[in-house]
Amino acid sequence: MAIKKFAVAAYDDEEVLFPAVKKVRGSGYKIHDVYTPFAVHGLDEAMGLKGTDLHIAGFIYGLCGTSTAVGFISWIYTSDWPINYGGKPHFALPAWIPITFELTVLFAAVGMTLTMCYLNQIMPGVKKHVFHPRQSDDMFVMAIELNSHMSEKEVTAFLKTTGAKEVNVQMAEEGWWYGRWDKKEPYEALNAG
Amino acid sequence: MHLKYESFVREPLVDNNKDYHQVSEDIVSPIERKPGRMWYVGFIFSVILLGFGIFSVTWSVYWGLGTWGVNRTIGWGWDITNFVWWIGIGHAGTLISAILLLFRQGWRTGVNRAAEAMTIFAVMCAGQFPIWHMGRVWDGFWVLPLPNSRGPLWPNFDSPLLWDVFAISTYFTVSLLFWYSGLVPDFALIRDRAKTKFRKMAYGIASFGWTGTAKNWQRMEALALVLAGLSTPLVLSVHTIVSFDFATSVIPGWHTTIFPPYFVAGAVFSGFAMVNTLLVITRKILHLEEYITIGHLEAMNKIIVLTGSIVGVAYLTELFIAWYSQSWGEMDAFKWRIMGPYWWSYWAMMTCNVVSPQLFWVKKLRRNIPFTFVMSIVVNIGMWFERFVIIVTSTYRDWIPGSWAYYSPEWPEVGFYLGTFGLFFTCYFLFAKYCPVVAVAEIKFVLKTSGENYKKKMERIDAMSTEDFVETVHTHHEPHHEEAAHH
Repeated sequence: MAIKKFAVAAYDDEEVLFPAVKKVRGSGYKIHDVYTPFAVHGLDEAMGLKGTDLHIAGFIYGLCGTSTAVGFISWIYTSDWPINYGGKPHFALPAWIPITFELTVLFAAVGMTLTMCYLNQIMPGVKKHVFHPRQSDDMFVMAIELNSHMSEKEVTAFLKTTGAKEVNVQMAEEGWWYGRWDKKEPYEALNAG
Repeated sequence: MHLKYESFVREPLVDNNKDYHQVSEDIVSPIERKPGRMWYVGFIFSVILLGFGIFSVTWSVYWGLGTWGVNRTIGWGWDITNFVWWIGIGHAGTLISAILLLFRQGWRTGVNRAAEAMTIFAVMCAGQFPIWHMGRVWDGFWVLPLPNSRGPLWPNFDSPLLWDVFAISTYFTVSLLFWYSGLVPDFALIRDRAKTKFRKMAYGIASFGWTGTAKNWQRMEALALVLAGLSTPLVLSVHTIVSFDFATSVIPGWHTTIFPPYFVAGAVFSGFAMVNTLLVITRKILHLEEYITIGHLEAMNKIIVLTGSIVGVAYLTELFIAWYSQSWGEMDAFKWRIMGPYWWSYWAMMTCNVVSPQLFWVKKLRRNIPFTFVMSIVVNIGMWFERFVIIVTSTYRDWIPGSWAYYSPEWPEVGFYLGTFGLFFTCYFLFAKYCPVVAVAEIKFVLKTSGENYKKKMERIDAMSTEDFVETVHTHHEPHHEEAAHH
């Protein structure tokens, strides 16, 4: 949790954004993040991000659901309270398939969704810095963290050559915090001028 | 160059000249405006219906289920008919969002949001019927496998009725997650556009603080894909399990292996009809004709004629098997369905489900909006009768002729049914007012491949020979979309 200085470039087309990302990375700048209004396929690779292992987590959650269902039902029907239904076997696996399937899906879906929220740091009440008010509308926004070794002028001048429609410098909280979206944060006053 | 290419045979998914901002503007601005008079009239009418439903249910619980027309012979009546009807309707949303996602059907983007919402509300309505049918509803938690002081006695895990509890609660949960995870980025859009303090705060909470970083999108897409993969067998399992409620018993007319696919096809059939009913009105009132195009409605009508035909084949197969089995119980059950005291319900079902949807083979009718609307209602009337036929006309003449009976509903059953319409439309009106009824981020995703103006730009490339095309790609390292079109 820290307020830092960022150079921000906003593009109006993902087809300009891709070469810009390439150029920025090629020039040795480290991209803090790119914000897009929709999922731009291939952007993660262009930025050099690794793939996500979320689906593996989903598989494990699913297995937990399967074993919970089979374990729980078989424990009840063979040891805790066996009941004779018309002479059917106590360990009636085929009859448990529907519930086992449903619990597998339920565990995988709920587990994965919660994991996604945790990793993406999203939750009701969470607030994050928005670099551009139209980054959820039609602007593709790239932020580069400025440290003391970097020249603000040099970076902004460079970003302008990448086809950005708007370039500016902002103070921003880099992480997330609990807050109300209708309230201005104290640090935002730094960007007013 | 934009290399995502879509054939010109496919009609655009988004009509007219749209850019990203215009898409946001068109879909979000109805949320930012005060609703029109139509909305208030519809909403208040729905709330009144809901109130009447609550009154009917309260009456049923207070005086007991003796207030209903059900009897010892026909124990399920309207209640379970309505349950199966609503749960069937609740199949279209997840089918559209999951199965059509896996099949890469681009047109789903225009309709998936509203269809998923409809699914969730329909499942909420469906869930009411088994709950209040319990009579002693305060013991309803007995269906859950909770530690208890009754032995501990557990529910019967070998019973299809319990499978249903798991299937429907899982289906509801997963559909809700799928729907809401898609809504999060769109709520962020409304939040960032918001001019009023309250809207900014409310959508700030609803959007979970979404900002749309590349990594966030990557995980969101991974989640959507896996949820689609999970929901595909799930949606098929739910109505399969509902059909087990009937198929695993030994009642003539119920004891048949054809039920699972026949029920699933019927569910998709009625679900798409309900989507059409809602979208024909929604697109008109919210002026979304460019996003929910006639092409979308036609695609759904095609599915209706397909699934209607599957259902028709299933009806004929049932008749054939009844004869082929040479079991007098089966044969009589079907004879009485066709010619017994409930003949009208059988023929209503046959007409609405099998005969009338065949008109959709005519392209002109598939693309005719008033006809689509009328047909969508006809289909759902037919599907209601199908469940009525299955439930009532299989049980009213059972194995003991002395207990044969006739059934007609009492007012609390009718009021309960009307009340679920109230619940459904109250929820739908609130959804249409406060949520984007078309998935904004997903429309933007397909805009450049399927938007009308973008498709037009590709006409040049379409006319090029393969050699020329390869040439253009190779001579420009990072050629721009418009540039390529000039060559």
